[in-house]
Amino acid sequence: MRRRLFLQVAGLGVAGACVPIARALERASAAAPAPGAATGKRWAMVIDERKCLTREGCTACIEACHRGHNVPAMKEPRHEIKWLWKEPFGNVFPEQVTPYLTAAARERPTLVLCNHCDNPPCVRVCPTEATWRRPDGIVMMDEHRCIGCRYCITGCPYGSRSFNWVDPRPHLVGEPTDYPTRTKGVVEKCTFCSERLAAGKRPLCVEACEGLSCGALIFGDAGDPGSPVSALLRERAMARRRPQLGTSPHVFYVL
Amino acid sequence: MHDTGKVVLGLGLFAGLVTGPVWYGAGGGKGEPPVLERPLDAKECIEPTPFMRARHMEMLDAWREAVVRRDEREYLASNGQRHQISLTGTCLGCHTDPAKFCDRCHQYAAVEAFCWDCHHRKRRGT
Amino acid sequence: MLEKALTGGRAYWALITLLVALALVGLVAYLEQLSVGLGVTGLSRDVPWGLYISQFTFLVGVAASAVMVVLPYYVHHYKAFGPMAILGEFLAIAAVLMCLLFIVIDMGQPRRVMNVLLYPTPRSMIFWDMLVLNGYLLINIALSRATFRAESAGEPPPRWVKPLVYLSIPWAISIHTVTAFLYAGLAARPFWLTAILAPRFLASAFASGPALLILLALAVRRFGKLDPGDQAIAKLGEIVAYAMSVNLFFVALELFTALYSDIPEHVEHFTYLYLGLHGHGVLAPWMWLSLGLAALSLVLLLIPRARRHPRLLVVACLAVVGSLWIDKGLGMVVTGFVPSPLGHITEYWPTGREAVITLGVYAFGGLVLTVLYRIAIGVRKELAA
Repeated sequence: MRRRLFLQVAGLGVAGACVPIARALERASAAAPAPGAATGKRWAMVIDERKCLTREGCTACIEACHRGHNVPAMKEPRHEIKWLWKEPFGNVFPEQVTPYLTAAARERPTLVLCNHCDNPPCVRVCPTEATWRRPDGIVMMDEHRCIGCRYCITGCPYGSRSFNWVDPRPHLVGEPTDYPTRTKGVVEKCTFCSERLAAGKRPLCVEACEGLSCGALIFGDAGDPGSPVSALLRERAMARRRPQLGTSPHVFYVL
Repeated sequence: MHDTGKVVLGLGLFAGLVTGPVWYGAGGGKGEPPVLERPLDAKECIEPTPFMRARHMEMLDAWREAVVRRDEREYLASNGQRHQISLTGTCLGCHTDPAKFCDRCHQYAAVEAFCWDCHHRKRRGT
Repeated sequence: MLEKALTGGRAYWALITLLVALALVGLVAYLEQLSVGLGVTGLSRDVPWGLYISQFTFLVGVAASAVMVVLPYYVHHYKAFGPMAILGEFLAIAAVLMCLLFIVIDMGQPRRVMNVLLYPTPRSMIFWDMLVLNGYLLINIALSRATFRAESAGEPPPRWVKPLVYLSIPWAISIHTVTAFLYAGLAARPFWLTAILAPRFLASAFASGPALLILLALAVRRFGKLDPGDQAIAKLGEIVAYAMSVNLFFVALELFTALYSDIPEHVEHFTYLYLGLHGHGVLAPWMWLSLGLAALSLVLLLIPRARRHPRLLVVACLAVVGSLWIDKGLGMVVTGFVPSPLGHITEYWPTGREAVITLGVYAFGGLVLTVLYRIAIGVRKELAA
């Protein structure tokens, strides 16, 4: 009786303890600081609403992002995947809506995307660190590690994240680019084009908007006092979405 | 022993089932290792073939952690050459069609390579 | 002891066959979900959690409720709960197994489930929920095994049972508290962002769990010819009465804070739940049914003569389980997502596949419960003879 119990407990204990310990050690030793961490870089975006409206119905940034990242066009509205899109102003900034605002003003299309918060609730709830905040401010996604629990979607106060309810590949629009598509069962969102930033390029949305010379999207390093984005942030107060939640978003809106 | 007949029969059935794949593949050349179509324009891979054969997945896992989680995008090979860390860009740059290279061994070894669910331009099925 | 589960009358084998069949059908439906993705469910970008997670939430409560029998019996030596204790522990085991199954079934990439262990992230409540749920399962298996073996051998249980029992009591509270913490710390979901969520969970757990246990005990008495005792059932009935009263009081407290403060962010979720919002109100009729059942159950439970009447007790318990299942298993989770952070209303209703898979999980849990209860009945019958 006692020997059997001992063997059972010992077996379970050894089996259970081995792997997590090994992995934790591996992670500890591999956690080298990312390059750029010491430079105090902090990516941020300013969206100038007034300039965004100069071209009515313009979706150049959205198309550039979704095409470049192979974001699928799902037929089923429930399964919609979007990284960057437009919402009515009154939905994005409900606290700005007064009884005197016209319907047109309330419906005005406003760009929304992941806010790459300083204090992201989505990162706080992820059980596997499949999403995390980089020192340069980008809230990243590791679709290899994501278990598809959708806790991050539940935790995001901005509705910025999408889940792959089915295989996205049959729903790709146009010729796929080299950017990896995602698989069913994982979450995805805007990552401020981290792969392009690493190559010294600007995010696709910003590049598309600059190409049209509207100047609605200003992107840069808020940690660099000399950057255009820094100058803008210093000279005028701007709106952020739901700042009272303490998330400190880094997508700023000129209303 | 009780039920000797049933026990022996059961053991025999079990042995037969467990060794089934061996009998299935025995005759008819099913056991031949696959023939890989190597890239035409590159003499060798970024690391020597024996290393790649044995440890390419280890390397790809390390690459994944490096790029996705640490934003480190350059790989220093054992021969001193630097390569961009990218499955699609670097590996598939030479091994352009996984179906003619990677999948051949993976199917033979029955190890699912679901990399192509994401890391391959072509749509599934085309 | 396990061999006791292989003997049984026609009714037993009929039940086993039915449960296995339902579980297999659920498994086939799940294989389709594995192949196609979670798109086979009614979930959406705006409502990412639905039936699976809500069933998990409800069943954690049922699992935790075993403490309502364990605490009086082992700590306060309430002898009447003797035969009932093992039934409660077995119910806890079946419930936790179903919880774990629902969690895995809800995952988009279940093959990566080990990532939760391989990359421990203590700031995530899912990490702690995984720990406490599995720990609770192990504790209950160890406890029920040790006590039951001791009982069938006519010996006192081993000495380590006592400290393990003392551990299991706060642990039972913790499993439902941590599950409440999954919801109650999210700034994104004002409907759940309330300190009373954990107390509400516990109160409804201590009502629905014992109510379910009463129903099961009565079934065991009727079909298994094993009597857990009138006094035990009566005491459980009292526990359900108090817990249900506290639960409804908590609901009233929540309604007051939301409605009196009149903050739109809080009011609109309750409006959606009970009245519907902008023409969308698929849950409203269910919530009124839940309230009606709750009122009925309270009347039957708080009047002693009604509570002691065998038929009325059954009605009361069914009403409690029904009411709280609707409240936690339908209303609570989905309403947190309606309206969405951008003010949109996307309703949710489970699809047929989702329901079949859910039924399969329940069938599996029922199978575990039936087998364990059969063993308990078999051993107790032997002891009585």
